Amino acid sequence: MPWYLELLRAIGGTIVIFSGVAIVAAMFGVLLERKISAWIHSRLGPTHVGPRGLLQTVADTIKLIQKENIVPQNADYKIFASAVLIVPLAALLDYVVIPFGQTRWGPLIFRDLNIGVLFFAATSSLVVVGILMAGWGSNNKYALLGGLRSAAQMVSYEIPMALALITVAMLAGSLSTVTIVNAQSHLWYIVAQPIAFLIFVIAATAEVNRVPFDLVEAESELVAGYFSEYSGMRFALFQLGEYGEMFAMAAMAVTLFLGGWHGPHLLPPVLWFVIKLYALIFVFMWVRWTYPRFRIDQLLNFSWKVLIPVALANLVVTAFFVMVVHP
Amino acid sequence: MLLDWGYVAVFAIVGSGMVALPLLVIWLISPRSAYPQKLETYESGVPTIGQAWSQFNVRYYLFSLVFVVFDVEIIYLYPWAVVARQLGPFAFYEILIFLVILTLGLVYAWRKGALEWV
Repeated sequence: MPWYLELLRAIGGTIVIFSGVAIVAAMFGVLLERKISAWIHSRLGPTHVGPRGLLQTVADTIKLIQKENIVPQNADYKIFASAVLIVPLAALLDYVVIPFGQTRWGPLIFRDLNIGVLFFAATSSLVVVGILMAGWGSNNKYALLGGLRSAAQMVSYEIPMALALITVAMLAGSLSTVTIVNAQSHLWYIVAQPIAFLIFVIAATAEVNRVPFDLVEAESELVAGYFSEYSGMRFALFQLGEYGEMFAMAAMAVTLFLGGWHGPHLLPPVLWFVIKLYALIFVFMWVRWTYPRFRIDQLLNFSWKVLIPVALANLVVTAFFVMVVHP
Repeated sequence: MLLDWGYVAVFAIVGSGMVALPLLVIWLISPRSAYPQKLETYESGVPTIGQAWSQFNVRYYLFSLVFVVFDVEIIYLYPWAVVARQLGPFAFYEILIFLVILTLGLVYAWRKGALEWV
């Protein structure tokens, strides 16, 4: 292909992924969260805007666009403003390596990098940089505490997550996400690696700062944590980053453990991927409204004293089976 | 190979533009009516006391030190994992030694109390 067609393709793909994530993950995700929380609380949730409240988030976004753009006087403006760019961008970079489905022309993926899994591990941990910048730049005590907690938490849970990713890479013999999905056409890796799947899901919940690991934005003690000082569209961009990251984590769990787009031939592959993705998102939201919050020392202990030893043992056992029993 | 990273670069550049777009829109259309009280740092409704940038006991710095050690070692595991199947039993015992040293590091940090809430 000539270079300008490649460039057009890359730009087109970027625009499709960004608007797709903004609409499906952020707008629809927030609505889904509110509806599911209402359902679990035996409430109705949003009902007024649009049919059955479907347009609630659209209305909220329009409202946020009209809001004043407040920057606190004491804030460090450069850090304060650029944190907003980094958080959603880091979350969206994850989508480069996520294969959404299979078509006649090949897998539906932005780019099948040969180090896909490593790329995902790297970009998903970039979010913490944005969160720390937001916490520091706001010059607000709540925000600073939230940012520092986030750094400790995300750093702690990155190790078990990476160890879980390595076991999958070992089974598939590749770091490319498409190869990993293809290797699961007969057996999903959740069957071969149930422990790694559990570790990945727990670590993913902690990485996206959701209950029971939402110490970073614990509203009863830290107001809103690192984004206390953000209002209007900047707040919306943090929301985009947060929900984008959650959907990316769920999509990666589907790709690595739940067979990606594979499923019985009744439905097209893309639909299978979406069904599994939303099933996992539902589990995330269900957990949110079921469990209370951890304490910060319990949270760090759980990662260092439970998850990491278990993940290391799991890695050794997997390596034994892959390299010695069935070489 | 280089083309792959070209795609990633385009994604990052066009992506930053798309994230910056709503900020440009609000810069153009959002109302401006700032006064000193509004621009004050939020502190639960009471007047702000001092700066947040003061001396602060970062209780988690030991975790970040242990993290750096672990993260660097995990980077070495990725290339090994990809070719693990072709390497066979001997490489397994080799990586076992590596992992035992890694685990010893964790045990040392644990016994030293680096993983305790200080």
